[in-house]
Amino acid sequence: MNGTTFLGMPAFPRAARDALGDAQLRRNLAEATRTIRDKRDEAVGELPDWEELREAGRALKEHTLLHLDRYLLQFEEQVTAAGGTVHWARDSAEANRIVADLVKRTGRNEVVKVKSMATQETGLNTALEQAGIRAYETDLAELIVQLGQDRPSHILVPAIHRNRAEIREIFRREMGTRAAGDDLGGAGALGDDPQELAEAARRHLREKFLRAEVGICGANFLVAETGTVVVAESEGNGRMCLSLPQTLICLAGIEKVVPRWQDLEVFLQLLPRSSTGERMNPYTSTWTGTADHDGPREFHVVLLDGGRTATLADPIGRQALNCIRCSACLNVCPVYERVGGHAYGSVYPGPIGAILGPQLRGTASPVDRSLPYASTLCGACYEVCPVKINIPEVLVHLRARVVDGKRRRPLPGLERLAMAAARWTLSSPRRLAGAQRMAAAAARLVRHNGRIRRLPGPLAGWTDARDLPAPAPESFRTWWRRTNP
Amino acid sequence: MTASFRSAAREEVLARIRRAVGGSSAVEQRYAQVPRGYRNAGGAQRPGEAGSPQTVALFLERLADYGASARLVDASAAPSAIAEALTGRSAGTVVVPHGFPEPWHAGLAEVRVLGDDPPVGLDALDTVDGVVTTAATGVAATGTFVLDGGPGQGRRALTLVPDYHLCVIPADRIVRSVPEAVALLDPVRPLTFVSGPSATSDIEMKRVEGVHGPRTLEVLVVAAEPPPPPPGDHRPIYDPAEP
Repeated sequence: MNGTTFLGMPAFPRAARDALGDAQLRRNLAEATRTIRDKRDEAVGELPDWEELREAGRALKEHTLLHLDRYLLQFEEQVTAAGGTVHWARDSAEANRIVADLVKRTGRNEVVKVKSMATQETGLNTALEQAGIRAYETDLAELIVQLGQDRPSHILVPAIHRNRAEIREIFRREMGTRAAGDDLGGAGALGDDPQELAEAARRHLREKFLRAEVGICGANFLVAETGTVVVAESEGNGRMCLSLPQTLICLAGIEKVVPRWQDLEVFLQLLPRSSTGERMNPYTSTWTGTADHDGPREFHVVLLDGGRTATLADPIGRQALNCIRCSACLNVCPVYERVGGHAYGSVYPGPIGAILGPQLRGTASPVDRSLPYASTLCGACYEVCPVKINIPEVLVHLRARVVDGKRRRPLPGLERLAMAAARWTLSSPRRLAGAQRMAAAAARLVRHNGRIRRLPGPLAGWTDARDLPAPAPESFRTWWRRTNP
Repeated sequence: MTASFRSAAREEVLARIRRAVGGSSAVEQRYAQVPRGYRNAGGAQRPGEAGSPQTVALFLERLADYGASARLVDASAAPSAIAEALTGRSAGTVVVPHGFPEPWHAGLAEVRVLGDDPPVGLDALDTVDGVVTTAATGVAATGTFVLDGGPGQGRRALTLVPDYHLCVIPADRIVRSVPEAVALLDPVRPLTFVSGPSATSDIEMKRVEGVHGPRTLEVLVVAAEPPPPPPGDHRPIYDPAEP
């Protein structure tokens, strides 16, 4: 594992324990998630038809996924007719290769990037670097992550784990002296006021935008009917990348497509209120192919599978593909709020990450096998999801898949032996009564004030993080027989 | 990368989708079954509400809420309001895209106007004092106006690179809700939905106005004349009692 990628991350419980020990991280997260939760509640509370919008959003996504082939072909046809080119990528490596080749063809070795989860997912920046191309992240939070040689920890605000003082230090260390304000008041002039930090980012990137020849973006929505691409943002960095360069390359997951232009009337209401807690984000750009005298002369869309079709094949798991990347589920999750995004070992953290990661990547790695358990199943994520993804349902479903995966191993694990013993015990009243007597006798040795703090031997794993109520001295049936002879 | 290489990926992704969900049939009918119980689905407008005093009042309130300075002026006062705004900024040179409504030009008398014809270079755009445009439509509920590159709006860079944007919009272009605006817009044109000045919440989730786009946004809504309100219609934009 190195500092900037998620390769070789440990399983969730270990990473979570490290994160919980970081008091600064917990303070930053608690403050930020509380702020955004309040904003979201207010913005959503304003709309009396919120539930109807959610239901329409869910139904539209479900419908699109069931006819994904048809809508993707329609999108391709429309983009092509409007002067753009559509490429298809089976996996991340293929997507990165296509993008790198397109950049090389322009003869340039620098690109400016709009924040995009798809390019995070494929590790595009690293792939471009290997191809000799320098990618500049332009979203403020992505810039903080890139300059700090850090990993993203939130879908919307990848630097949510950093507070203003830490951000100031990163800027002072990594930005040229002019951007960091040194020309304004000598060394160390940059303060930690968010307004000042945003101003530093503006100065740092201005020249890059005005000289940029190639822009790279993701997509919030792709409209099949018209071939239109939609990018929502706040800072104007997106508009810079989308409209100033001569060449624009968009990398988007195949699940981003929506059937018709009209459908944006639903998603443009659901997304900003769920995401930044605003009635509308400051800037949303839509464009169709290329336009005369406005914006890029060359436009490419790369449609990425990257495990999405495998996810689509699972009737319960596929609802994860409804996700519009708003991150409301992260902000309400009691687990996320305490451990932060890095522990999830993926660019998709939080509840949605716990069901997306193991489906997009499979459950071969320890971290992906542990993610379905990184939840208390409290259901808050389902309540706030603007497209009604039943995340707890998918988590439980994926837990079953992880267990089924273990079943195929030649040697049974402890859990499987315990479950077999439980089945043997519970299938006979006589055996159950015997087990209850044994448990009551054993409990007398380890109980303390009615609780068991630490179980012996291999059972200790259970009591590592919780107390166990001690078994009653006698079972109900024994008590009934004794008191009602 | 060759064409056949690309198309192999295309065929495989499509085949994987079909294996996962089966083929597509009866798509139109199924699409029609998507429940649309939310308000103004399909952009349904109620007569008299676009540009009504209530709609405009809400538009102004919501713009102000997001840090834009916004006010309503009579048609006859529009030129002086434009001039006042530019004087307030001490603007010397502004870009005004082709097709900016003729009656408002008087407001530009005191400044040097660049018409973007021939196109203003990026470096020059970066040094002008501002840009003055109109907008294709406005959305009251969200405090949004939409630029579609039509007359008086110009290409997208014009409203992006300068640090000050003055948008002058006729009241009758302001609708109540997002669905109404979506129905009015032409997706073939490059569109920009603008809701307040450039902003970020990336540092501790605190909203800060002014990053890469124009840091100051001013909006003038020009009332239609005369604007008679529909008699007896005092319904709020979102009436909870309404079905």
